[in-house]
Amino acid sequence: MAFYVVQFLTGLASAASLFLVASGLSIIFGVTRIVNFAHGAFYMIGAYIAFTLTERLSGAFGFWGGIVLAAFAVALIGVIVEMVLLRRIYHAPELFQLLATFGLTLMVEDLVVLIWGPDDLVGRRAPGFRGAIDFFGQNIPSYDLFLIVLGPVVLGILWLLFQRTRWGVLVRAATQDRDMVAALGVNQKWLFTSVFAVGVFLAALGGALQIPRDAVHHAMDLRIIVEVFVVVVIGGLGSIVGAFVAAVLVSELNAFGILIFPKISIILVFLVMAVVLIVRPWGLFGKPEAAARKTPGLTVNPWRPLTSNERLMALAALIVAAMLPLFAGNYLLTVGSEIAIFVIFAVSLHFLMSVGGLASFGHAAYFGLGAYGIAFLAKMAGLPMIVCLLLGPLLGCMGAAVFGFFAVQLSGVYFAMLTLAFAQIVWSIAFQWVDVTGGDNGILGLWPSSWAASPSRFYWLSLGVAALVTVALRTMVFSPFGYALRATRDSVLRSEAIGIDAKRIQWTAFVIAGTTAGIGGALFAYLKGSVFPDNLGISLSVDALVMVLLGGVETVSGAVIGAIIYKALNIWLVSQTDLSKLVLGGFIMLIVVVFPKGIVGTLEMLAQRRKKASPPGSTLLAKPIESAE
Amino acid sequence: MKLTVQDLNSHYGPAHILFDIGFEVGEGEVVALLGRNGAGKSTTFRSIVGLVAQRSGRITFEGKDVSSKPTHEIVRDGLGYVPEERRIFTDLTVEENLEVGRQPKRPNAPHWTREKLFALFPNLGEMKNRPGGRMSGGEQQMLTIARTLMGNPSLVLLDEPSEGLSPKIVEQMVDAILTMKKEGVSIVVSEQNLHFARLISDRAYIIERGRICFGGTMAELDARPDIRDAHLSL
Repeated sequence: MAFYVVQFLTGLASAASLFLVASGLSIIFGVTRIVNFAHGAFYMIGAYIAFTLTERLSGAFGFWGGIVLAAFAVALIGVIVEMVLLRRIYHAPELFQLLATFGLTLMVEDLVVLIWGPDDLVGRRAPGFRGAIDFFGQNIPSYDLFLIVLGPVVLGILWLLFQRTRWGVLVRAATQDRDMVAALGVNQKWLFTSVFAVGVFLAALGGALQIPRDAVHHAMDLRIIVEVFVVVVIGGLGSIVGAFVAAVLVSELNAFGILIFPKISIILVFLVMAVVLIVRPWGLFGKPEAAARKTPGLTVNPWRPLTSNERLMALAALIVAAMLPLFAGNYLLTVGSEIAIFVIFAVSLHFLMSVGGLASFGHAAYFGLGAYGIAFLAKMAGLPMIVCLLLGPLLGCMGAAVFGFFAVQLSGVYFAMLTLAFAQIVWSIAFQWVDVTGGDNGILGLWPSSWAASPSRFYWLSLGVAALVTVALRTMVFSPFGYALRATRDSVLRSEAIGIDAKRIQWTAFVIAGTTAGIGGALFAYLKGSVFPDNLGISLSVDALVMVLLGGVETVSGAVIGAIIYKALNIWLVSQTDLSKLVLGGFIMLIVVVFPKGIVGTLEMLAQRRKKASPPGSTLLAKPIESAE
Repeated sequence: MKLTVQDLNSHYGPAHILFDIGFEVGEGEVVALLGRNGAGKSTTFRSIVGLVAQRSGRITFEGKDVSSKPTHEIVRDGLGYVPEERRIFTDLTVEENLEVGRQPKRPNAPHWTREKLFALFPNLGEMKNRPGGRMSGGEQQMLTIARTLMGNPSLVLLDEPSEGLSPKIVEQMVDAILTMKKEGVSIVVSEQNLHFARLISDRAYIIERGRICFGGTMAELDARPDIRDAHLSL
């Protein structure tokens, strides 16, 4: 019995840091509508700076002062980030902000190693809380008890701050309607900056308080950010009380899951999150969100099929690409194949995001399922490559059919989070079910049949499939199905009012995108000769998002260009420098600030502008639109 | 002049909405901006306070050019705005809604306190702690006006204050607007309802398809039934 009580208390202690970080994320999202991917990075910097300060400053005062000072220092960094980076992109599409903060995370990961080195750092014990308390023969660290008390105290302070101060009232008002707050004379800029500073302060404090419990290392950010997303989604975005309750829930699930269900301990949390999202999509303490005010059609240039000239150009580009084996060596051809495979992957996500308006954060699940499909068919059933390639992606298709059914019940950020949760479940299964998947060791020895074995033949195969997939999805955009899908993207209500079964259309799109990703994954398995849980991991999902946004989310096929540029740059950087993340992150942030419409989107805009400047042909647009107010 | 708008043009994306809008408001005057649904009344107001990004033209408020200022600075100069859709903060109580609108005292404008506003809108005083989301449409409309008055504006843009309200509430609204005028607040009120406008306004402009097509006193408007019938639906 005593053992379970201690386990429970350990869970509560872990909840404290999680709550601090999650409440910060929640506050920032509520007001600025930015899903701050860099929140984990701020948590990590908080821990590193606190480590340095507590090592340098002596005594109890030095320790506690160092912790608080670290949180303030990181908050200051947050203010600079907000003013220099985020202020420029508040009006960009919301996923772009996610992309920018992701770029920042990449940079921080390299910077941290550069400054503090790659080794784990063990911080000093908290003065006054070094010992442990005996509880019926079980030890409870007294620092844990301190953290257990701290959580509710911080909750109380935040509650007072939001209910009893003018700043809190303004923040709550801005959470609901930013423009109206400005129309009442409040300077939004400073409100946003202060909110961001408070949120980052909480994240950094959460990180700094971890140093007596855990070693500080350079991968803390990703681990915490996933957990924090889960907490915030379960608790309800924007709700501080929700963040607290969910942090406790998640920490206890982690603490007891490992005892009661050791086999599925990693999935448990994500299962709970999926159930919560399905039953109460806005979280336990959140509120259902009103549909966003937008006037679709006024800002977006209408999509059109390619003109015959443009088709010829695309064909010419394909022919040039097909001639690569004439002069390139084996290494370049392998790189070429990989890029072609990522074009398939990116195009499939782009279909879901741009055409369907459904931004999946776990698209790698279907890519990886396709790869595992190949591994099962080839290694266990021993089927030949051609059969495997046709059947393997079906695993991705089935995964997408099951998860997609639930995911399309939600929209926006919640859809993104649920897809992330599903992807984590799939990843955990691949990681933990060692008997079938080989766990971390993966499944090795998948080699293509002789007809596709040489690098040039495999390159042609990948290129051909990539071209086919791109053309097929493009054709679908301009088919009746594509019209219906775009209608549900622009307004679910209006499309349902004209008889479109929105959920079914979106589900179909999800399955199409998942299957296509599975095709990419199937080829990828043969390219690498192996499959690993990483093939369905978060970082691969994020890669796909970056490729789509880089190409331009408002374009028809920008993802093709986005994938080529991102993947080529990525491979080249890794071969050139040890600081590839730093460079890549900086590049992503630059693109976001300079080309908020993505590369292809920016090119299209320039072309449009040139067209407008020359002949006086477009009088249609100059006429007043009568129904607008 | 309190407020002068000259050559105001506004766009939403590729759509040109307002064409060379121009009008004036004198000190302490109540001016009506009349027009049908979709004529451009709300866009005119939104452009004046800087909520429409793509706008050009000259907007002079109390002798200062405010056309390139951000929204919050224009409002802090004393130009209050009451939006059409009310846009109450539904999670905030009546008192908290008023707090969001609070700005420092201004020398050239009447000073409003919570007590004074609760006297002007007695309903609000009875529900100080009720969340905005649990109020009736009429109560919300009063709260939006009170919230803007907390900023002590010297001029208020009122966007369709009578829309969707019961006749009894409309009467209260007329009283409130006349009280505001008596206190010395200049008012521009957009309306479709000529009857309502006549009860409160000194002068009127008619806007149609994004252009001003008439300007004059209420008496001059009454003398031109042709204009009234052509541009205002009855």
